[in-house]
Amino acid sequence: MTAPVIPPDAEARALLEVVGLQKSFGPNHVLRGIDLLVPAGSVTVLIGPSGSGKTTVLRSLNALEIPDAGAIRIADVEVDFATPVSKRDIVRLRAQSGMVFQGHNLFPHLTVLGNVTEGPRVVQKRPPDEVRSEALALLERVGLVDKADQYPFELSGGQQQRVGIARALAIRPRLMLFDEPTSALDPELVGEVLSVMKDLAGDGWTMVVVTHEMRFARQVADQVVFLDEGVVVEHGAPADVLDAPANERTRRFLHRIIDPL
Amino acid sequence: MRMEPGSTGELIQDSLLPLLTGTVRGTIPLTAISFVFGLILALVIALMRLSPVPLISAPARFYVSVVRGTPLLVQLFIIYYGLPSFGATIDPFPSACIAFTLNVGGYASEVVRAAILSVPRGQWEAALTVGMNYPTALRRIVLPQAMRVAVPPLSNTLISLVKDTSLASTIQATELFRKAQELAAPTYEFFTLYAVAAVYYWVICLGLSFSQSRLETRLDRYVAK
Repeated sequence: MTAPVIPPDAEARALLEVVGLQKSFGPNHVLRGIDLLVPAGSVTVLIGPSGSGKTTVLRSLNALEIPDAGAIRIADVEVDFATPVSKRDIVRLRAQSGMVFQGHNLFPHLTVLGNVTEGPRVVQKRPPDEVRSEALALLERVGLVDKADQYPFELSGGQQQRVGIARALAIRPRLMLFDEPTSALDPELVGEVLSVMKDLAGDGWTMVVVTHEMRFARQVADQVVFLDEGVVVEHGAPADVLDAPANERTRRFLHRIIDPL
Repeated sequence: MRMEPGSTGELIQDSLLPLLTGTVRGTIPLTAISFVFGLILALVIALMRLSPVPLISAPARFYVSVVRGTPLLVQLFIIYYGLPSFGATIDPFPSACIAFTLNVGGYASEVVRAAILSVPRGQWEAALTVGMNYPTALRRIVLPQAMRVAVPPLSNTLISLVKDTSLASTIQATELFRKAQELAAPTYEFFTLYAVAAVYYWVICLGLSFSQSRLETRLDRYVAK
């Protein structure tokens, strides 16, 4: 059996494929036809102004939002949202990816270890011994094995977020999703989280990351996707999109990020 | 110690055991049964009220409105004196259990609903992302956290219930207060016997308050001080 720290899908075919994703919240047309291709083992960073739809794209990949139209394929699981989707499809799609939230959303009533083992033990019903040793290996991976028996409130923000990463990895996903994982952190805690993410990328995990950390995008991303008003305005290698943006909207956004005043 | 025959002291002494019997055989089981089933009913009503489907939430809303909008004594009388008109005659004790269960179910459902709503949406979402469905997320993630919020108001409900069970005396159910009435009637020592009964109720409620703080401390172990 492969340990979860060794990522699946070493071969380089598109692990994630998104076609024509549409989503409205009431009169608000948030996604207006998003296409996205993420090769296995690559890191894609989604950037864009607030309200651009980047978080909605990410949440759709995990079926926390159900798109109105379009299709998502992760590995062998494909869901077409043009027709009503069954609960079974949603569960199957969701199981393909691990989600790391901006506000960590750890289960406060469970210990650190309990948070990591909850999914594998209760939902996947894997053998307790195996789940436990795997969870400890994951906590080791994010540098928190000594905190296994503590409760989330006893940890710093950065540590909480790293537990969140271990919890997401524990369900053995094909794809890791990060929704602004460092936005709620004090600046001095951002580094430890980004460094864990960088390590995961180095291990070959396929990752989709919504972030404003341009240094992370530059260093780690294989692909940067700029969204605005629900469409992909521009995408490509970080050097191209971040340093030589072709589109005026991308230029304006990057300028605001780099020089807010 | 031997009391002077017929004195107040002797009356108290002679009443202690019968009143204890009334408490242990009547008040306590009546409270326990009604509270346990009342809580189960409350959870069902609360989940119904939280449903986005009006056909499910509306009956729950109606139920809570009726239970809260009518006196407990009237509810008790309807079940014990009213139902026989429809051919359903129920003994005093089960009648009281049913009335109190239905009453607790209505009141506690509002507590349970608020407690469930107090758990952040992100907890539901995190539960979904680790693969849980609604019932599992509710049982494993949301209810344990909701419990922390619900314990103080549910303790209020329980303590009120202990005292409300005295209403069962009006339908001849044998419990603490009924016993006190029976003992007081031939002696006319109403003050003494009702005072002893009051002390019994108070002691039960003191015990419950103590258990409440123990439980709250236990449930607070995962919260930052």
